[in-house]
Amino acid sequence: MTAMGDVRRQRIDELAARAGQVPEGEGGVSLVKSAFRRLRRNPVAILGAVIVLVFLFVAAFAPWLAPRDPLAQTLLGEVRPGSIPGPQEGFPLGVDQLGRDLLSRLVYGSRQSLLIGVVSTVLGAVVGMALGVLAGAFGGRVDTVVMRFVDIILSIPSLLMAISISVLLGQNQYALMIAIAVTQVPVFARLLRGSMLAQRESDYVLAARALGVKRGRIVFGHVLPNSLSPVIVQGTLSLATAIIEAAALSFLGLGDPDIARPEWGAMLSTAQDFLSIRPGLAVWPAVCIIVVALGFTLLGESLREALDPKFRR
Amino acid sequence: MQRRPSRVLAASAATLTAVTLAACASSDRDSGGGGEGGEAAQSGGTMVFGAAGDPAMLDPAFGSDGETFRVSRQIFEGLLGNEIGGTDPVPELAEDWEVSEDGLEYTFNLRQGVQFHDGTEFDAEAVCFNFDRWYNFEGLATSPSASYYYQAVFGGFASTPDAPSIYQSCEATDESTAVIRLSQVTSKFPAALALPAFSIQSPTALQEYDADNLSGDADALTYPEYALEHPTGTGPFRFDSWDRGNGQVTLVRNEDYWGDPALLDELIFRTISDQNTRRQELQAGSIDGYDFVAPADYQSLEDEGFQVLVRDPFNILYLGFNGGNVPGTTANPALQNPQVRQAIAHAIDRETIVNSLLPEGAQPAIEFMPPTVDGYAEDVTTYEYDPDRARQLLQQAGVEGTTLRFYYPTEVSRPYLPDPAAMFQVISQNLTDAGFTIEPVALPWNPDYLNAVQAGQADIHLLGWTGDYNDAYNFIGTFFAEASNNQASAEFGAFSAPEIFQALDRADQEPDPAARTELYQEANRLIMDYLPGVPISHSPPALVVAENVSGLEPSPLTAEVFAPVSISE
Amino acid sequence: MLRFVVRRLLQLVPILLGLSVLLFAWLRALPGGPAQAALGERATPEAIARYNELFGLDQPIWVQYLRFLGRAVQLDFGSSARTGRPVTTEFLERMPGTVELTLFAMVFAIGVGIPLGYLAARRHGSWLDSSAVIGSLLGVAIPVFFLAYLLRLLFAVELGWLPGSGRQEVRIDATHITNFYVLDGLLTREWDAAWDAFLHLVLPGIALGTIPLAIIVRITRAAVLDVVNEDYVRTANAKGLSADTVRRRHVIRNALLPVSTTIGLQTGLLLSGAVLTETVFAFGGVGSAIYDAIFARDFAVLQGFVLMLAVVYVLVNLLVDISYGLLDPRVRVR
Repeated sequence: MTAMGDVRRQRIDELAARAGQVPEGEGGVSLVKSAFRRLRRNPVAILGAVIVLVFLFVAAFAPWLAPRDPLAQTLLGEVRPGSIPGPQEGFPLGVDQLGRDLLSRLVYGSRQSLLIGVVSTVLGAVVGMALGVLAGAFGGRVDTVVMRFVDIILSIPSLLMAISISVLLGQNQYALMIAIAVTQVPVFARLLRGSMLAQRESDYVLAARALGVKRGRIVFGHVLPNSLSPVIVQGTLSLATAIIEAAALSFLGLGDPDIARPEWGAMLSTAQDFLSIRPGLAVWPAVCIIVVALGFTLLGESLREALDPKFRR
Repeated sequence: MQRRPSRVLAASAATLTAVTLAACASSDRDSGGGGEGGEAAQSGGTMVFGAAGDPAMLDPAFGSDGETFRVSRQIFEGLLGNEIGGTDPVPELAEDWEVSEDGLEYTFNLRQGVQFHDGTEFDAEAVCFNFDRWYNFEGLATSPSASYYYQAVFGGFASTPDAPSIYQSCEATDESTAVIRLSQVTSKFPAALALPAFSIQSPTALQEYDADNLSGDADALTYPEYALEHPTGTGPFRFDSWDRGNGQVTLVRNEDYWGDPALLDELIFRTISDQNTRRQELQAGSIDGYDFVAPADYQSLEDEGFQVLVRDPFNILYLGFNGGNVPGTTANPALQNPQVRQAIAHAIDRETIVNSLLPEGAQPAIEFMPPTVDGYAEDVTTYEYDPDRARQLLQQAGVEGTTLRFYYPTEVSRPYLPDPAAMFQVISQNLTDAGFTIEPVALPWNPDYLNAVQAGQADIHLLGWTGDYNDAYNFIGTFFAEASNNQASAEFGAFSAPEIFQALDRADQEPDPAARTELYQEANRLIMDYLPGVPISHSPPALVVAENVSGLEPSPLTAEVFAPVSISE
Repeated sequence: MLRFVVRRLLQLVPILLGLSVLLFAWLRALPGGPAQAALGERATPEAIARYNELFGLDQPIWVQYLRFLGRAVQLDFGSSARTGRPVTTEFLERMPGTVELTLFAMVFAIGVGIPLGYLAARRHGSWLDSSAVIGSLLGVAIPVFFLAYLLRLLFAVELGWLPGSGRQEVRIDATHITNFYVLDGLLTREWDAAWDAFLHLVLPGIALGTIPLAIIVRITRAAVLDVVNEDYVRTANAKGLSADTVRRRHVIRNALLPVSTTIGLQTGLLLSGAVLTETVFAFGGVGSAIYDAIFARDFAVLQGFVLMLAVVYVLVNLLVDISYGLLDPRVRVR
């Protein structure tokens, strides 16, 4: 083990270790099922789930929910430097600095923001898990090389990492997703490796090995599925981080170059220039980002608690 | 022992003079019944001005950016200066000058009794020292990133025989007469001498602090001690210190200035790159003024009692086309078709752009230079907003839905383009409505955007120019002069239009001003017939100062002089 | 203990080497490469070509890497394209500001976070508890730059209570020895300068400290709740120890262990959070320099600063590990 990031690793590893723990006294009920039962009784979890579902619904049905075309500069002619038309008939939240309906932009913006969050998290999780499986399944030198690489990534603060990658790949939305994904990779890699190591010594793996089951089958048939629950927890929490990080990168001018396309982070950072004239332009996207991040965090934290034997009292 | 009391005496004498002068200034103002408001100009005090960026360094000969010039303009003076609040060159360190009949020999009669800040005498030798210094630059100093303006006006150097210079010699015929000879007539001379890049600097300090010794490795130029710690000129302010960590340049009054001394004791330029922060710092009172006011703030700042000083528009914003003649690039060849270019011009709603995005006083542009420049033609071909016509033209050309890679810069505010993102979105929507497909490309302004656009990588792009001095060539010559082999610059797709190139050359080399104006008008007509891009607007940039600041005259060249500025309380 | 520290330091070497390869590769992979530094507004392609030639960028890549590494070991990262000054000089000039800001943010987060988390746990289920939980969730969800804008708009512009940008009022004539402005003011007995520099830390410090504050509140609360239910606490209570003693000896001390880990981790992360906060508050530290370097495409600065920040980050984490070892004897056994 190397020094840096030890602390961060410990937290990931703790989460990973939980996957190996078999719930006591809940004979016959799988870990996931019992966790789900606890979740349903937790009001915080329900709140988180409702928030997430509402935003997913809005994103999915944006074209039907948005009152107007989010790109149409309908009231541009009425915009003057220093004055932006406020809420009025047909424009319940008013328009932005280019005369576009704010509500419609917020509705469509949920698509882009969630998409960036989901794609980058899934990408980070997949690559991270692949590395984790590689390290966990082969061990030895492969493990050392993979983990050393992960450690290097982990030793650069994530925002700096994302900035570096965005600068390298140029300004486009794929670069944005990749940049955020890369910062997630080490988290998932460590998580999965840790949970696989924890299970390697568990009874059922030993039993399977004793029965002569092949390594590949043990890994993909038994160990991996059982390691998934901490990944899901981490994934839910990472979604919140990814959405906030995307907003930060937009603020730093590294977002989607098609700035006409509504996205909350970009809307928020553009609106800073009009904070004194029309604060709503900044406040609404900020509220959306905060609420969605809150939703994923609530859901993730309750999942974590539900899966943690410590909390099963 | 002897020296200490005398220094105190000298200091108080200086204060006395300053006070007396201030008294004169204020009484002048009063008797003149000026419209400047009641405040009498006071001497003394410190002014903190919010700049948008750090100066690159402080030797204007190596400068090419506004922030470098903003500071160096206060420290240095040239043979010529700019008329306060205008664009015409006026005598500064030269009292007057004569031109020989053939337009090749300039005789400058110099102001006498002027001293540099280090005590060196300003004379004809010093002038020639500076001209020879520029001409004899070697190595890194001849790189275009170092001496851009010298190369733009004079061509090459003594050390670059393949790129000859039009500068021939400078001769000090007596102490106060300098004769400069050129090998070719150019309309840029002598107006260009008002540029800060041609400031006259102290020969003593230049030599002592190794001013020409640029070094550097692959990553960057490193400037010598002179440019960082010892810039020495004749101007109303002296360099005091530069705190780079905090982006603060401090200047102090030059007590021995030859003209009316500066009123401020101290002038501090503080870098605040974010426009919002600049505004809030002014509102919080920690700075006394700043540049590049966002158009959205003109009114609200005025309502709060600040003075928004709007400059006359002396710039042009345009949408440049690139038809893809540049080797190694893949621009859209549809832009070689005049109908497509005209379609774009008809598609853009310049009225709305000017009304909704640009500050009050902005004008839609019909050609590539502002109306106040000699050579502006009223009767060029115009392309009014007509989306139907645009769609028709596009149909006739048979390339409906053709994709244009539209480049725009990020995180920058230019005097002609206060908000590139907004401009991009509106034009992009206009073009989409007319049947084009837009593929946006956003790049940071410097160097990525400028490099990409100037290398001809964009199909269409936003760019503009603020004039350096009142000269048509400074606008249309910069854009459309022949770059090489009968082709224009890569920025405009290296189009080939010999009639435009010849018109520009003829005009530049015409010594008679009236004839020159006509030739430039003709060039403008040719350009607007050819349509290598769409001129969009002339926009009035503004600075803002607190209520208690007076005497700052906005300059269309963004070349404000702080010597007459005073601050009450 | 010494062996532990030396081993950890040695383990840094491969990490730093890997980092340098990554950063070097990154720099060379950039479109245009490092030579396309700031040319004038109208530089022609020929001019760019000439610029490249002047700087001679034609050696093979591994030679360039070795040269880069050789210089990096001597802390020479070249010069800034914008200012022409050595990158290391700029870093050392700006680092004290960021350190001051980070310290302020951490002191704020710890000073408010631990008591708040402790109180929330003690009054488990009360309104204080719920609002602490909700507040800590919000604190993590709010984009830092937006919070920074709000703080500045409210406290600097509308109310005018606190300075909203910079590190020190420029009109104050302060002497700078160490570039830690508060410290400089104290050393030179320029009390007004020290106080002014301190006031300039408040708003950015709070903005920067919000995320760690939220996390510390949450962790402290959870840790205290955990510990209160541990057997040894029950035993101590049963033994009849006074509530105060139990609290001090058993609850707080044990609850602080997970909190201290968090603190270390957050301190490292603050270094990168500073990019956003320092930018909004025009605070002359390392973070705002990185922001400026992104837009000026000042790669020498970006590369040098990221590498040096990573080193600082690694060292901070090392310090945390060591102090953690001191706090918790169990760790050393591993």
